[in-house]
Amino acid sequence: MQFKKLFSFITVAFLFTLLGKTIVFAEINITVGYLERMIPPPPILSNLEEIPENLGIAGVELGLKDNNTTGKFLKHDYSVESRIIDEKDDFIAAAKALLEVSNFLIIKAPIKDQLALADLPEAEGALIFNASEKDIVLRDYECRGNLLHTIPSYAMLADALAQFAVKKRWKNWVLIDGEFKKDKAYATALEQSAKKFRIDIKARKTWMFNADMRRNAAQEVPLFTQDFPDHDLIVVADENHDFGRYVIYNTWLPRPIAGSEGISPVTWSAAVEQFGAVQLQNRFKKMHSRTMGSIDYAAWAAIRTIGEAVTRTNSNDFSKIRSYILSDDFELAGFKGRKLSYRKWNGQLRQPIPLTHPRAVVATAPLEGFLHKRNEMDSLGLDKPQTKCEAFNQ
Amino acid sequence: MRRNLRALISALLLTTALTTASYAGEIWVSNEKDNTISVIDDTSFKVTRTLEVGERPRGITFSNDHSVVYLCASDSDTVQVIDPDTGKILYDLPSGEDPEQFILHPDNKHLYIANEDDAITTVVDVESRKVIAQIDVGIEPEGMAASPDGKYVITTSETTNMAHWIDTKTQEIIANTLVDQRPRHAEFTQDGSELWVSAEIGGTISVFNVEDQTEKAKINFEIKGIHPDRIQPVGFEMTKDGKYVFVALGPANHIAVVNRATYEVEKYLLVGRRVWHMAFNGDESLLFTTNGISGDVTVIDVAKLEPIKTIKVGRFPWGAAWRPTN
Repeated sequence: MQFKKLFSFITVAFLFTLLGKTIVFAEINITVGYLERMIPPPPILSNLEEIPENLGIAGVELGLKDNNTTGKFLKHDYSVESRIIDEKDDFIAAAKALLEVSNFLIIKAPIKDQLALADLPEAEGALIFNASEKDIVLRDYECRGNLLHTIPSYAMLADALAQFAVKKRWKNWVLIDGEFKKDKAYATALEQSAKKFRIDIKARKTWMFNADMRRNAAQEVPLFTQDFPDHDLIVVADENHDFGRYVIYNTWLPRPIAGSEGISPVTWSAAVEQFGAVQLQNRFKKMHSRTMGSIDYAAWAAIRTIGEAVTRTNSNDFSKIRSYILSDDFELAGFKGRKLSYRKWNGQLRQPIPLTHPRAVVATAPLEGFLHKRNEMDSLGLDKPQTKCEAFNQ
Repeated sequence: MRRNLRALISALLLTTALTTASYAGEIWVSNEKDNTISVIDDTSFKVTRTLEVGERPRGITFSNDHSVVYLCASDSDTVQVIDPDTGKILYDLPSGEDPEQFILHPDNKHLYIANEDDAITTVVDVESRKVIAQIDVGIEPEGMAASPDGKYVITTSETTNMAHWIDTKTQEIIANTLVDQRPRHAEFTQDGSELWVSAEIGGTISVFNVEDQTEKAKINFEIKGIHPDRIQPVGFEMTKDGKYVFVALGPANHIAVVNRATYEVEKYLLVGRRVWHMAFNGDESLLFTTNGISGDVTVIDVAKLEPIKTIKVGRFPWGAAWRPTN
């Protein structure tokens, strides 16, 4: 026994001498928690598309594989512990169970779940990644110091669209929103962006018809849009993709559509192919037999963030990893053409926003000419002077 | 005396002319989105031939004696071997899936291929046309380099952000060194003492000491009026005299001229849009850069460090290689 110990000591000592100045990587095991509350989407008019059941976790699975491919060269090992619960299940109980095995949680759940989790005493020393909620409040007065956001905010998406409209000189908008809370949140963000970029919203109407659009779009939409004052662009806030698709080509005036339909600012889409994105798309398709969605991307970026920080710090010390993620040294290659990093004032992952239609990327924001003294990507979303977030100040 | 001088000068001129003549050749450019190769005459700067090849052609290199050209046809999942005189595809080499870039080992016999989608480096014997090894590397392998003594081959992986050092005797990885985000290209210095690796998203070049694989220097780039995020070093080439390294800066649309001894950038040269890779002509008096988005090739006068000509090629030119024609 004694002899064995001595022998292993000699081996280790020998290895150290052998490696000389080369950095020696420690054996590190990292567990990441994934928690999702599955909410069935509301019924919509079209029956064509299905929202993939594994939207979100699929991105985590790919990111886990990516982390482990890198990790195997460094003796870093990653695993994921996941809980996917139903609408009526106890979110906090599931969160507490996960917090016992990991300080890193990736979340796909409504705002109120995310805030309840972030406020748990058990979560004080945790790092939570919001991969699903785009609402501005989470980056503003409802921000939390332990809650980062890999999914862009509605403000970032709306600003991206506004920059594009300014570039095209489509500075007169009309806005159609739906009745859901998310539609309203997006519509509000679009109004704020319009103000920021001096775009005039001539009118705003809410879509409330219950007609079956697949038969009647040709009759309903021209009437609905007939009394709009003249405009360059129709902006649609329809987060469930319910009515927006029927607005296209059915409007009273021949005008382009943007927002939830038409040209859409998105986190990610199957049309993104530049900057090596094809490789990410191919890896995702190979693993999951479908295309990668925005929430998949946000979840992938979250686990890759953790992987990148562990690789660079060569450590499993949680506070070291956290401060590295929020430091100037952190950079993530996210297949969007620029290095991604976190905003120190509200924990938002700064990232380019592709403006897409289903078959191509039309432009990528920040568009050329929209400058910013710190980082051009900060021309999108809540900038430091605008946010009421103070949780990151300590 | 004066006559002697004149004789000397004309002798010199003659030599220069002869040297230039003996270096006449062609630059072969792979057009990623046209499935073609544009062949450029390096004296007239004209495209003399356009050859149809496999899908998504990227990495391109000649055998040591320039008798064949190897081409990564990424989406055809093969390496094509082409007769440069006739332009005919002779045969395909097994390459593993999605070959993006490769390096021919100094033995002229082993091709080390980066399989981008599979996280593998494939070693092919070009004589027996067989795969002799497959080595697990990081995610999205791309940059490939061989040390002049043939001891090491390097694969860089774009998402793992490492240079993997492969021992060519055992075909095993003996070291992994971290670099900045999205490494794209690697080159050894001619004396074999240094390895240079570019990082596209990190915006840097890391220089390693080959002896102990430690980082020796890091080079940063800065161009007035261009945001640092858009300065993305990708392909680069070193002059044989050990003086300069020419670095393509991608969407910054510039080539940086780096002093190899001091690691300082001496000049930035404006070229076409999204510059990828490059090749020298035979005497290294000219440098040809592939400009992806503008679909052209910029010719740089190496002595003057000035761009002198733009040549239209196919869609999204990517790789470039030179061969003598006389």
